[in-house]
Amino acid sequence: MSNLIRGLRGLALAMTGMAGSFAARAADTMESAYWNLPKGVTDISNEVWHLHMAAFWVCVVIAIVVFGVMFYSIFAHRRSKHPVPATFHHSTTVEIIWTIIPFVILIGLAVPAAGTLIKQYDTRNAEMTVKITGYQWKWQYEYVGEGVSFFSTLDPESNNARQLHSGIDPKTVPHYLHNTDNYLVLPVGKKVRFLLTSNDVIHGWWVPDLAIKKDAIPGYINEMWTQINEPGIYRGQCTVLCGRDHGFMPIVVHAMSAADYAAWLAKQKGGAEVAAAAPVVATDAAVDAPVAPAAAEAAPVEVAASSPAAAAPAAVDAKAGEKLFLGNCAACHQATGAGLPPTFPALTGSKVVAGPIDAQITQVLKGKNAMPPFAQLSDADIAAVVTYTRNNLGNKVGDTASAEQVKKLR
Amino acid sequence: MANTHAHHDHGHDHAHDHEHHGPDKGVMRWIKTTNHKDLGTLYLWFSFIMFFIGGLMSLVIRAELFQPGMQFIDPEFYNQMITLHALVMIFGGVMPGFVGLANWMVPMMIGCSDLALPRVNNWGFWILPFAFSMLLSTLFLPGGGPAGGWTLYPPLVLQGGASFPLTIFAIHMLGISSITGAINVVVTIMNMRAPGMTLLKMPLFVWTWLITAYLLIAVMPVLAGAVTMLLTDKYFGTSFFNAAGGGDPVMFEHIFWFFGHPEVYIMILPAFGIVSTIIPTFARKRLFGYDSMVYAVASIAFLSFIVWAHHMFTVGIPLAGELFFMFSTMLIAVPTGVKVFNWLATMWRGSMTYETPMLFAIGFVFLFTIGGFSGIMLALAPVDFQYHNSYFVVAHFHYVLVPGAIFSIIAAIYYWIPKWTGVMYDERLGKIHFWLSAIFINVTFFPQHFVGLAGMPRRIPDYAVQFTDFNVISTYGAFLYFIAQFIMIYNFLRCAIWRKGMVPATAQVWEGAQGLEWTVPSPAPYHTFEDPPHVGDEPAAAH
Repeated sequence: MSNLIRGLRGLALAMTGMAGSFAARAADTMESAYWNLPKGVTDISNEVWHLHMAAFWVCVVIAIVVFGVMFYSIFAHRRSKHPVPATFHHSTTVEIIWTIIPFVILIGLAVPAAGTLIKQYDTRNAEMTVKITGYQWKWQYEYVGEGVSFFSTLDPESNNARQLHSGIDPKTVPHYLHNTDNYLVLPVGKKVRFLLTSNDVIHGWWVPDLAIKKDAIPGYINEMWTQINEPGIYRGQCTVLCGRDHGFMPIVVHAMSAADYAAWLAKQKGGAEVAAAAPVVATDAAVDAPVAPAAAEAAPVEVAASSPAAAAPAAVDAKAGEKLFLGNCAACHQATGAGLPPTFPALTGSKVVAGPIDAQITQVLKGKNAMPPFAQLSDADIAAVVTYTRNNLGNKVGDTASAEQVKKLR
Repeated sequence: MANTHAHHDHGHDHAHDHEHHGPDKGVMRWIKTTNHKDLGTLYLWFSFIMFFIGGLMSLVIRAELFQPGMQFIDPEFYNQMITLHALVMIFGGVMPGFVGLANWMVPMMIGCSDLALPRVNNWGFWILPFAFSMLLSTLFLPGGGPAGGWTLYPPLVLQGGASFPLTIFAIHMLGISSITGAINVVVTIMNMRAPGMTLLKMPLFVWTWLITAYLLIAVMPVLAGAVTMLLTDKYFGTSFFNAAGGGDPVMFEHIFWFFGHPEVYIMILPAFGIVSTIIPTFARKRLFGYDSMVYAVASIAFLSFIVWAHHMFTVGIPLAGELFFMFSTMLIAVPTGVKVFNWLATMWRGSMTYETPMLFAIGFVFLFTIGGFSGIMLALAPVDFQYHNSYFVVAHFHYVLVPGAIFSIIAAIYYWIPKWTGVMYDERLGKIHFWLSAIFINVTFFPQHFVGLAGMPRRIPDYAVQFTDFNVISTYGAFLYFIAQFIMIYNFLRCAIWRKGMVPATAQVWEGAQGLEWTVPSPAPYHTFEDPPHVGDEPAAAH
């Protein structure tokens, strides 16, 4: 790839008229390919990349011929050099030739494209299935038949930096906007089928290195598949405008060897037994540094979730409530609770928050108007976040919710 | 041509006779006018104002994208800006721009005195300011303007607040305006051509507008139906697009793009007509392959109805559908290629000069073709999975819309403004305007190809840091392009208003120009061709 990329980079530099030093600087921040599609890490992504380059070079050749003729004519047939215009204005032969030639070129592109497309649509014989559900604005991953499921949202560091006037330089945040709290972990060398749907509006799931993109549509289950060849971490993000935080729902795939994946999965299952419906922590020590905050964050959640018996109101960790609030609620209601009226109401001084606690729990569980249901959160988590909103963000209701209350209202 | 020249004097005398019932004075002239030239002028002014407003919105977008991180605006407001930028530019800028040119030029090119339905024409125009006042007023409502994208996809669009019904009603009004304008063009062209002007002698601008008008009549009602279903879904409990009620959100996409793809050609076919008029004038040579140009436009129009799902390659349509829409989309390259080749053949061995309209026409051919290349790449469904909804798409459609549709409108105004106002624009400023526009439009949009391929999705207010450099370049380009347009505004205002010191234009204006519009004096009298000219056996005007 490097030669072609380098060629393309040279072309790009010429076209944008930028200095060579620019390329050197660009290389520093380069994640994968910087000017071009990544070649990716699957057989399909390689095929797609070659098709892309073939189409590109076909266009370049046609451009050289067509624009060459045009610029020659502009130069040679200007009035000062060519004062008397020719009078021809029709030629059926020529017209037929330049109808047929493009047609043939297009067939040359269409045949391999159709071949690749047929492969991309062949989801048969998958060795495992992951169901992906889009939410405003996070992804849920369910390992079908394994009982493992968790949510994946923008990592807290990016989330802090991306607030308006945050004062945090995004360049200091590792993988700014391309990092999540929980990674989608997949084994290499296995054909993985994805089932894609949405809980609210239409989202789009795209990881360029896997060359797969499909829309997550409410009421539909779309299918796609991948088979990753190399272990690594591959990043992408939502591609269909899905509301305010469309730009802030990244996708991170962590591909690992079959053995590591099996170990990871076993750990998740073990955790799941203890934590019941609590969101499972998808990351482990094997994952590289940027994920560390996620692992750290998981701790209080697990504590809160794994001790439902001890869910006396006072035991609910206020820290956990705040984290849950920032992860699930702050996108609309804002970190300060001020909201963005009228679509996203303020929680500070809200009648719902100051009203009966059961009504508020029900609204969190079932949703209302633009607010989606949050039933995917555990009883303890909902209790923690409801308690947090009633006693923070400028509210002083003074009461607390318990996991039992939430369980009854489900 | 000899015949039409004989009629020139006659028409002139006639206009003289009628001066006593010229237009009203003051503002009432513009409100009450049924004159195609007045309404053409109004449409063009309106289009300019909308381009300015839409341009300001694009600068808000580019300013926020100048650096990673959120510097100026909330993401929700960003979404309102991208939505309104598109609606304003498409329905307020490009379409009224072309309708204004049709108003001015179609009657003068086919040798009739006015459009067939002058009062409908007045109504069609005056709907627009109200529609856009309503649409833009949503920005001042609590919750702001529409933020679901101009494609109005449910369920997202149904989350909109008070702006939602106002946006729907505004779109209804724009649809009524477009349909009335289109019917007027069709009726005029079919019934009011000067004696001797057979269909295959019409100037290509008239041909392209005739086909465009049919497209408008075919698809604007489809859009009206789609947005009405959205309205009832939101307020009357229907579930056309609500999966929970048995409806289908993908159905909306199908209906929308059945409108949307022909809409794309509505915005480019008249441009083809303009370029096919300007290139022969300045090459001093007849348009090459007139018949095949007409057939190519008709083929493109037909194909535009059977390619819509290429906007939906990632929604999960079945393999057979995906293949069909890939092949039909690729086919469009054939007639489009024919057009480009014919333009080149027209230039070939001509005797060319490069006045501003010609520069913009050549700029159109060059840059529109680049947009066509990325179009071929996008047509390849398996690769489109990588391009889809990325900045590569943004670059593609801006290449066909800005140096495509908008360059052609600018070229047309430079070309015909001496006829409209009776004075020549400033050629030096025109050339400066062209070069600055051509350079900065590429600085703005070319880097977006790269950033899209590298993985940046469209419609996001903030991005990962590896996309920064290209976005910086793009923002510089956008601001400089915007500033360069003031040269054009100054130039045109001098022609239209401050004419002191401007060179008077002759009736012929351009040495190589052919067609009935050049047989009347400059400025064109308020009424032209009240007695129709006779078009002889000479092949069509303007080619």
